[in-house]
Amino acid sequence: MRHEQIETNSALMLVLILLVISVGGLVEIVPLFYINETIEKVDGVRPYTPLEIRGRDIYVREGCYLCHSQQIRPFRDEWLRYGHYSLAAESQYDHPFQWGSKRTGPDLARLGGKYSNHWHVQHLVAPRSVVPQSIMPNYPWLLDNDLDYTDVDGRMRALRVTGVPYSVTQAEYDANVQKYGQAIADQLDITKAQDSLLKQAREKDFDGFPGRITEMEALVAYLQVLGTMVDFTQYNEGYFVEFR
Amino acid sequence: MALSSVLPAEQYNYGIVRKFTIMAMVWAVIGMSVGVYIASELAWPFLNFDIPALTFGRLRPVHTTLVIFGFGGSALFATSYYIVQRTCQARLAFPWLAEFTFWGWSGGVALGALTYVLGITQGREYAEFEWPLDIAITLVWVSYIVVYVETIRRRSQPHIYVANWFFMAFLLAVALLHIFNNLAIPVSLTKSYSLFAGVQDAMTQWWYGHNAVGFFLTAAFLGMMYYFVPKQAGRPVYSYRLSIIHFWALIFLYMWAGGHHLHWTALPDWVSTLSAAFSVLLLMPSWGGMINGIMTLSGAWDKLRSDPIMLFLITSLSFYGMSTFEGPLMSLKSVNALSHYTDWTIGHVHSGALGWVALVSFGSFYHLIPRLWDTRMYSQPLIYIHFWLATIGIVLYITSMWVAGIGQGLMLRSFDDYGNLAYTFIETVEFMHTPYIWRALGGAFFVAGVLVMVYNMYMTIQSTRREQAAIEAKLAAKLAKA
Repeated sequence: MRHEQIETNSALMLVLILLVISVGGLVEIVPLFYINETIEKVDGVRPYTPLEIRGRDIYVREGCYLCHSQQIRPFRDEWLRYGHYSLAAESQYDHPFQWGSKRTGPDLARLGGKYSNHWHVQHLVAPRSVVPQSIMPNYPWLLDNDLDYTDVDGRMRALRVTGVPYSVTQAEYDANVQKYGQAIADQLDITKAQDSLLKQAREKDFDGFPGRITEMEALVAYLQVLGTMVDFTQYNEGYFVEFR
Repeated sequence: MALSSVLPAEQYNYGIVRKFTIMAMVWAVIGMSVGVYIASELAWPFLNFDIPALTFGRLRPVHTTLVIFGFGGSALFATSYYIVQRTCQARLAFPWLAEFTFWGWSGGVALGALTYVLGITQGREYAEFEWPLDIAITLVWVSYIVVYVETIRRRSQPHIYVANWFFMAFLLAVALLHIFNNLAIPVSLTKSYSLFAGVQDAMTQWWYGHNAVGFFLTAAFLGMMYYFVPKQAGRPVYSYRLSIIHFWALIFLYMWAGGHHLHWTALPDWVSTLSAAFSVLLLMPSWGGMINGIMTLSGAWDKLRSDPIMLFLITSLSFYGMSTFEGPLMSLKSVNALSHYTDWTIGHVHSGALGWVALVSFGSFYHLIPRLWDTRMYSQPLIYIHFWLATIGIVLYITSMWVAGIGQGLMLRSFDDYGNLAYTFIETVEFMHTPYIWRALGGAFFVAGVLVMVYNMYMTIQSTRREQAAIEAKLAAKLAKA
C-alpha cells in the first residue's frame, strides 16, 4: 500500500493510528492481570483497617507521594537504609498505588514501627523540631482537624467493588476469619466499620489525645502499618526471586 | 478569482484561535509562577506558611496541571485549530462545538487547580483530576476530535498535511490513555478509588504518564513544528519520506516505553526490560523529527542571525534532540538505578518541557500573533530579550538539577571503608539546598521571559485596536464632510 492512500483517506488513517497505538498497552499491561507470578504468594498481607484507610486517604490528599516513594529497590544501599525490597504483594490492596516517582524525602515503604507514635506526631506538626535540616512542610492542621469517619463504610464499599475483600455477608466474613483470623476479619467487616475504627483509635491512641480522634490519629495509624505485614524471616531469599 | 480576494481572517475561524492563544499565555504565567514558588519552598520550607493550600504536596499538581494542560493544552488547541484550517483550506467545522471546547477546557483546568488546593485529588501523577472532572474532560476531548476530524473531512485538498497526522495520533492516544488510566469507583463527588491496585495500577499509570509526554507533549508539538518551521523558514519540509517513517515509528514505539519509570520495582522484569528496549529504539524516530525540522532550514541558515522566531524554533528542536537522547540513556537499568527518584528526572522533564514544548510554542505564537490580529509584533528586540531570558533560565534549571540529582544519587550509594552507608538521607537533603536555589532562579528567569512576551503581545493587540479606531475615525470624518 502506498502511503498516498493513507494520507488521502482520513478514516483509514484514524483506524491505522488506533491499531498502531494499541499494541504496546495490550502486550505490556493486559498480561499483568493474568500471569500468576506477577504477585508473589506470601502470608500476612491484608487489606487496611477502617482507620488505616482514612489515614491513607489523608496521605493521598496531602500529596505525600510527590516527595516520598513507597517502593524499595533491590540494592545494597536501599537494603541498609530502608529494609527488604518491596514485593508486588505488599501493594496489592493499594488503590491507587503510592510507589511514587521522586525521593525529596526518604522512602516510606517500611516506615511502620521504626519510630514511636509520639515521634510521628511531633515530626508531622513540626518536622524541623526533630530533624533540623528537613525541608518538609509543617502539618499542624492534622491535629486540629477531627477525623471525619462517617462515610468510612461507603469508602470500604467502593474498595470492595474493586476487589478488596471487605465483608458484607456472613459468608464473606467467615472467609476472612479463615484467612486472616477473627480479630482482623472483624476490622474488615463493613457493617461494623465505624465501631472498629473507634475501637482501634481508642486502643492504640496514635495521636496522643485519648479523648479525640484527629486526622493525625488516622495518618499515624497508616504510617505505622507500612511494610510491616510480611514476616520476611519466614522466607529464604531465593523464594522471591522466582517471581521476578 | 473570487476566493483569493477573501481575507484569511474572514475565510477562517480565527476567533477561537485567538482565545486559546491568550488563554495559553494566562496559564503560562500562573502555572510557571506556581512552579517558581514550589521550587522556592524546597529551598526555603518556611514558604509553606502552615497553610494547607500552599503546601508543596497540594501545589505541585497545580503547577503540572496548569503548565501541561493549561498552557500546553491551550497552545495545542490554538495551533491545531489554526493549522487544520490553513492546511485543509476549510473553515473550522461546528463553530459552537469549538467554542464549547474552549470554555470546557479552560473551566476544567481551572476547576482542577481549585480542587487540588482543597485536597481533592486521585493521587495519580499528571492525572489528579477527580472523576467528575475526568468525565467533563472526556466530553470536551470528544468534541475536539469531532471538530478536528470533520474539518479534515471538509478539506479542499486531497492530501492530509503531515502536521495533521501528528494531531490525529495525539487526539486518539490521549483519549485512550485518559479513559483507561482514570477508571475508578466513586465514593462521593469528591473521592474515588482507582479500579486497579498495586503493580497493575502502577503500570497503567506510567503507560499513561509516559505517553502524556509522548503524545501530549511530543507528537502534538511535532505537529506544531511541522507547520510553523517550514512556514517561518519559507521552505518545504526537508524530507517527506523521513516524516512518514518517523511518524509511524514514533507513535508505535512510544506506547511501549512507560515501564522504564518502574525499573527495579515490583513490576515484573520482563515488562521493564521490554520498555527499556523500546525506549532505546525511540531515539531513532525522535531524532528523525529533530533532523527533519532542523534540516528544513538548510540553505537558509542565515535566518538564525536575522530572525528571532527562527531562533526559538531551532533552539526548541535542539533541546528536543538533547532530551530525547537523555531519555533513552536514563531508561537503561544501570543509569536508572542512579537517576530514578532523584532530581535528574525533574531536570530531564524540564529540558523537554521548557526547552522543547515551551520554546516551540513561543516561536509559533510569535509567528501566529501578527497573522491573527493582522498586524506586526510590537517589538522585535523584546523577542530577542525573551529568547535569552528563556535560554539562560533553562540552562540554570537543568544544570542545577543534574548537580542535585547525580549528586544525591552518588551520595546515597556510597559506602565507607567498613561497608556502612557513607551518608544519611538528610545529608543529601542538605546538599541539595544550593542547587535548589539555582533552580528557583532559573525558573524565575524563564517566567521573566514569559512576562516580556505577554507585554509584547498586549502592546501588539492594543496597537491594532488603536489603528482600527483611527481608521474608523477617519472614515467617519470623511462621511461627515460628504
